[in-house]
Order: sequence, then C-alpha cells, then structure tokens
Amino acid sequence: MLELRLYMAQRITALIMAPLVIGHIAVMIYAVQGGLSAGEILGRTQGSMSWALFYGSFVVAVSIHGAIGVRTVLSEWAGLRGGVLNGVCLALCALLLVMGGRAVLAVTMI
Amino acid sequence: MNGGTNVGMSRQSGRAPARIRGHALWYAHILHRLSGVGLALFLPLHFWVLSLALTDVAALDGFLAFTELPMVKLAEFGLVFLLAVHLFGGLRLMALEWLPWPAPHKTLAAGTLAVSAFLSGIFFLQAI
Repeated sequence: MLELRLYMAQRITALIMAPLVIGHIAVMIYAVQGGLSAGEILGRTQGSMSWALFYGSFVVAVSIHGAIGVRTVLSEWAGLRGGVLNGVCLALCALLLVMGGRAVLAVTMI
Repeated sequence: MNGGTNVGMSRQSGRAPARIRGHALWYAHILHRLSGVGLALFLPLHFWVLSLALTDVAALDGFLAFTELPMVKLAEFGLVFLLAVHLFGGLRLMALEWLPWPAPHKTLAAGTLAVSAFLSGIFFLQAI
C-alpha cells in the first residue's frame, strides 16, 4: 500500500512539475543572456506573488519527487530496506523542503 | 523500462536481467535514473546559493561572477541537459505506463535526447 501511494505521489508530482520545468528552462535561457547578477534575479522575483507560488509549488513537488526517486534507487541499488530506507527518504524530503523554502523566501520576499 | 518502480527488474537484486541490459531503452532507463540522482544531489547546493540573497547578497554576486568561468558554463549546460532529459524521459515513461496504444518508444527516447540537447545547447549559446 505504501509503495502504491509513493508510486502515485511520484507521478502526480511529475505531472505538476512538467510545465514548471519547461517554464524554468525558458527563464534560464532568457535570464542567462548577458550574465547573471543578484540585482537582476531579485529585481525579477522580489515581491512577486506569482514567482513565489511558481517556485514554492516547484519546491514542494520536487522535495516529494526527489525523495521518492532516491528511495527507489537506494532500495534497488544499495539494498536499503524498512525503517532506514524510509528514514533517509523522509530526511531528504525535509532537507529539500527547508532549504528550498528558504531559497524561495530569499528571492521573493521584499 | 521503469524509473520509479522495479518492473522488469529482479526484485531480489534490483538489477536488470542480462537480456535487458544494453538495449536502447535500458540506456534510457539508466539515463533517467542517473539524471534524477544528479539533480537530487545538485538541488541542496542550488537552494543554498539562492538563500544567500537573504543573508549575504555580495556573496551571491560573488558566486554568480564565478559562474562566468567557461568550465562552470559547461557544467551549467550539463545541468540543463540533465533537467531536460529527466523531464522528457519522465514524460515518455508515463506515456509508456498510462497510454493505451503502443508508442514507438525507441524513437521517443531518441527524441528525448535530441530535444534535451537542443534546449541545453540554446542555453549554452546564450550563456557564452
């Protein structure tokens, strides 16, 4: 049952992220022209609720998706099982949520 | 050929049987997996750098100046390629799992590589 839930969560987060990744690649191609600076990045994102929602949902989805993906790899290639496997997966999810949430706040807060 | 579960794999060892290894779609599976692991390893660094905007904007600018180095631009090209190939590889995987008709998956896997190389190539040309 857990495996089915993780499978569905992996696919749902993938579907949520597909348009976000395409948007992210488009922004990177646009923004990298002429070099990057903190002022340029923050000028685009600071105080913007739209970017906060875009990157905030991106961070939530990628934290879940990445942790489940790494869990699968650790299970199949490293042979981890049970509590250790789930503990590592949860710790990675929490790490990505906290670090990603902090990054979103950093670039979108005024 | 499944990135998320071990369908087609031995549940005991988690390794693909010899008859599968070396097939074009086995390489697609490995590329999807390795690109995913690479992106998961990169994300904490990415988030940490962006968080510098909160604590030390000068340090963020210093890091962004470092990204002007040609080797770093090449690494960024690699990261954009990994992101694109994981996206399109994942869409192919979900099409394989959910769509009722048999799709030409070797062609789609080749298309994944082509579109990813195209997008990351455009990024690289804009970056240099």
